[in-house]
Amino acid sequence: MNMAVKPADANDGRANAPEVMLDISNISLSFGGVHAIKDVSFNIHKGEIRAIIGPNGAGKTSMLNVINGFYHPQVGEITFKGNTRTQMRPYVAATQGIARTFQNVALFHGMSTLDNIMSGRTLKMHKNFFWQMLRYGPAMQEEVEHRERVEEIIDFLEIQHIRRTPVGRLPYGLQKRVELARALAMEPELLLLDEPMAGMNLEEKEDMSRFILDVNDQFGTTIALIEHDMGVVMDLSTRVVVLDHGEKIADGTPAEVSSDQNVIDAYLGVAH
Amino acid sequence: MDILYNILIDPFVQMGSAPDFFLQVLWSGFVAGTLYSLIALGFVLIFKASGVFNFAQGIMVVFAALTLVGLYQAGVPAWIALFLTIGAMFALAWLVERIVLRNLVNQEEIILFMATIGLNYFLIGFGEYVFGGEPKPMIAKELGLPTGSTTFEPFGGIVIIEHLDVAAVIMAIVLVSALAIFFNKTRIGRALRAVADDHQAALSVGISLNQIWVIVWFAAGIVALATGIMWGAKSDVSFALQIVALKALPVLIIGGFTSIPGAIIGGLVIGFGEKLFEIYWGALLGSGVEGWFAYVIALIFLLFRPQGLFGEKIIERI
Amino acid sequence: MFYREVGQFKTNYTADSQVFPILQDKLGIIAMLVIAYLIIPLAGNDFFITTVMIPFLVFTLATIGLNILVGYTGQLSLGTGAFMGVGAYSCYKLTTIFPDVNIIIMVLLSGFFAAAIGILFGLPSLRIKGFYLAVTTLAAQFFLEWAFIRIPWLYNYNASGAIEVPQRDGFGGVVLAGAAAEPVTRYLVVLSIVLAMTWVASNIIRGRIGRSWMMIRDMDIAAELMGVRPLYAKLSAFAVSSFYCGVAGAMGVFFWLGAAEVESFDINHSFLFLFMAIIGGLGSLIGCYMGAAFIWILPIIIRALPGALGLDINAATVEHINFMMIGGMIIFFLIVEPHGLARLWQIAKEKLRTWPFPYS
Repeated sequence: MNMAVKPADANDGRANAPEVMLDISNISLSFGGVHAIKDVSFNIHKGEIRAIIGPNGAGKTSMLNVINGFYHPQVGEITFKGNTRTQMRPYVAATQGIARTFQNVALFHGMSTLDNIMSGRTLKMHKNFFWQMLRYGPAMQEEVEHRERVEEIIDFLEIQHIRRTPVGRLPYGLQKRVELARALAMEPELLLLDEPMAGMNLEEKEDMSRFILDVNDQFGTTIALIEHDMGVVMDLSTRVVVLDHGEKIADGTPAEVSSDQNVIDAYLGVAH
Repeated sequence: MDILYNILIDPFVQMGSAPDFFLQVLWSGFVAGTLYSLIALGFVLIFKASGVFNFAQGIMVVFAALTLVGLYQAGVPAWIALFLTIGAMFALAWLVERIVLRNLVNQEEIILFMATIGLNYFLIGFGEYVFGGEPKPMIAKELGLPTGSTTFEPFGGIVIIEHLDVAAVIMAIVLVSALAIFFNKTRIGRALRAVADDHQAALSVGISLNQIWVIVWFAAGIVALATGIMWGAKSDVSFALQIVALKALPVLIIGGFTSIPGAIIGGLVIGFGEKLFEIYWGALLGSGVEGWFAYVIALIFLLFRPQGLFGEKIIERI
Repeated sequence: MFYREVGQFKTNYTADSQVFPILQDKLGIIAMLVIAYLIIPLAGNDFFITTVMIPFLVFTLATIGLNILVGYTGQLSLGTGAFMGVGAYSCYKLTTIFPDVNIIIMVLLSGFFAAAIGILFGLPSLRIKGFYLAVTTLAAQFFLEWAFIRIPWLYNYNASGAIEVPQRDGFGGVVLAGAAAEPVTRYLVVLSIVLAMTWVASNIIRGRIGRSWMMIRDMDIAAELMGVRPLYAKLSAFAVSSFYCGVAGAMGVFFWLGAAEVESFDINHSFLFLFMAIIGGLGSLIGCYMGAAFIWILPIIIRALPGALGLDINAATVEHINFMMIGGMIIFFLIVEPHGLARLWQIAKEKLRTWPFPYS
């Protein structure tokens, strides 16, 4: 496979003075009277795997939705690769190189695995309507080029056998994998994974962990992930941010976070 | 400038200079609105309880009225014909549940919607086959509906109010109140609302989906019959009514698909708006605007409030 | 046994993405083309060509247009009839103003007018979905119907309020449209346009644009997060769909009916095409042909049946039975196979692949 960015690059970013890819400062988000996120700040370094954890309803998914422009926070700023913004359309986030997967698999159910992954290439395809009508010349050439890239991802995630299957017929674990493939097809700089291992058995979790590490390693993709399985979080992530009731209660390496009293209280409950 | 004058000022000058006529227009708008509300009510009942967008509601109005008149013409006394028609509406509800809904459980909305268009076609064909396609007079007098009119003389002019229209309004109020009580106060009403929220959850607590559907379609059938009688008494009973019945759709848009008060207010908005626009502005466009005015109002309305008048703003989640 | 792709290998992605990758399918299509272009013109009588084939093809094209919107982009439309009307009236005006231009060009150009109107009435789709959108397309339907009556300029101030197709020649004196045009000529023109446009539709659908439509259909939020702009995707679907409907409407008047008034584009026609799309299969081009054939040809058979059996049933009754049959059939099909004839055909093909050893 020749799609790997030199691994050294990715590691450089992690080892030396870390370059901040995404900086979230003082974000607050509310729906009517419900405060989903209250004044949260943290950052994501280039090349790291950043875990966002917290009990149910802590505002983790809302945080991802804010990052890729689906929700608009009332207060706060987001700086991605040096561009600061408070609001933007999800489309713009996609053009800037943010891709994501969803908690409840959001595949295009009427399409095959191949078409789903090809849909990740949408932003990279530019041939105009005229050539599309004829499906000839430049349009066909472009289609084939992107098909090649998609086939590489299919190989990488080992889903060759389901290429033609409508995704609706796939078992849950494979759907998650196709979703990851679709996000990878966008060649993102920042990949947001919303509970990539929810509902999986141990073996599937191990597979998925391996893919996530490989993506980070081979493509140098920065990853932000939400996960409930603490074992997975501790093993995969470089740094962890902990949310509870919309507030940040801890931020640091897995070891730091797991010994933090606030975190233990949030997960186990405190005697009042 | 003339155009602006004609659009912005002249209609109001006309309203002011002939207030009696203006009142008459308002009254006719009110009556039309009541009838729209009634049709919309039938839609709302079914949509609330089964999530089915029942396109056939309009034809159910025609079908109910035709059955009533057809039975009477076949020699059945009026009141017995009425009860038989109610029975027919129950049979229809039961058959729809048995043949259509039960087999289409868990299908996508659009499939169910298409099925009701199929039902629509079937009922048109069946109705015409059994009762013939020609317009029939409604047996208003035989059912004891009032005739005649009262003349008022406000502002030195005259306003004529048909007693039939008054009866229609009263009937609508009674029907809506009865349904509101039924929905909010009875055990079946509670079950209905449970089904509306979540089919599977309702099933899991022991509510019979099939039974609820029959009840709801039957209730919609009764509403259709009432609408058919009143509308038939105003004009004739014919299949042309179904195009009018389509106007319930914009009414629903304005009121929201699941709100009974919404259906009523939406109906009145469309009724008033349509009559006023036709009388005072229609001539500017060459008249006949009643055909599309309601839809365009709904369209404009949607652009500003996609969730309807009483709907809550939807927060999308992923 | 005979229908298998065993041994038919694809060595590049172009070959792999053909519409008919299997040899047997290709042969089948060639056979169909031979029938359509040679056998029907030679063997079919005028009645068959004018009342069966031409309308079938016109309706197929309209159904493809509707299917692009409903089946591929997931935007429910009840205004197909009116968009066809826009095509028909603009073609009529075009050929009035430029009588010497080949009518086929005018028919295709009129699609652009329909597309423009389609974009206009598609604008609400950016904010509203589902049945709410359906109601706004009803606004298009009724407003345009009204416009076709109230703007006499559209039908050249004819006293009858109808548009009547003038004679139009092309290709060196061949009569293409008007009362003097041969049914076979009209049939071949319609057939060629419909096939070419089907091919184009299939190209668009398989490419980037078609995929972005389907992304919007399957999950609009995810689509936007993947970089599809809803504005472009939805409006381009409305434009292409209305273009197809407009061309179908123009062909319907110029190559089939010969004259038309507003009733030819009313709401019942809109429903008819929706039926064709659903019965044929939403999101399937072959389904459009199947749906159009089914809905158009079944009633013809029902109408002819009493006569053939020697029964004396009056025409009105047959018409009523027709309505009941269509209504019943729609419900029946939705229950048996909600994804339409196209899905049945696909299942049949899959069965055929393994026949006679279904578990091999």
